[in-house]
Amino acid sequence: MRCCRVVGPLWAAVKHPAFARQTLLVVQPLDEHGKDAGASFVAIDRAQAGIGDKVIVLTEGNGVRQILQQGDQVPIRSAIVGIVDRVDIDAVENA
Amino acid sequence: MYLGIVKGTVVAERKASGLEGAKILLVQPVDEHQQPTGDLQAAIDTVQAGPGDLVYLVGSREAALALDHALGSSFVPVDAAVVGIVDGVATS
Repeated sequence: MRCCRVVGPLWAAVKHPAFARQTLLVVQPLDEHGKDAGASFVAIDRAQAGIGDKVIVLTEGNGVRQILQQGDQVPIRSAIVGIVDRVDIDAVENA
Repeated sequence: MYLGIVKGTVVAERKASGLEGAKILLVQPVDEHQQPTGDLQAAIDTVQAGPGDLVYLVGSREAALALDHALGSSFVPVDAAVVGIVDGVATS
């Protein structure tokens, strides 16, 4: 899973049927200090995330299929599965 | 999944079994500002995308699952598939 920031929603009228009724969001991976780290990507939203939210994104297809429970032919790899309230890293940094 | 811009079509007459009839696109992965991120790649099309379209793709094993639906075969040897045509991206 990755810790990411929600950049914004993405609209697509023409899409694979597995994406029907799924909200798509562009997310930007973050490092432990909350700075951008790496290229943004697209994820479905399973946590009612909003723009600017820090979120946990599952990036593995089998996990996503277990969440969606739409069979084992779902071509979706990434899903937002949680909204981050706080990240504590001081203890590690000061150790 | 990730964003990309379709640059062209790849024509290949001889393909591995499972790829018969599949349309292959040349796609440049991009970020939300449509700036290139990484190298050009060949991807299977499942949504009738064309050159210039902003699309989103799925990679790895899930790409094969996307094409499975399109062609109705059991397995196909692909690792990138175009699964949606993007109408717009809102950026904060």
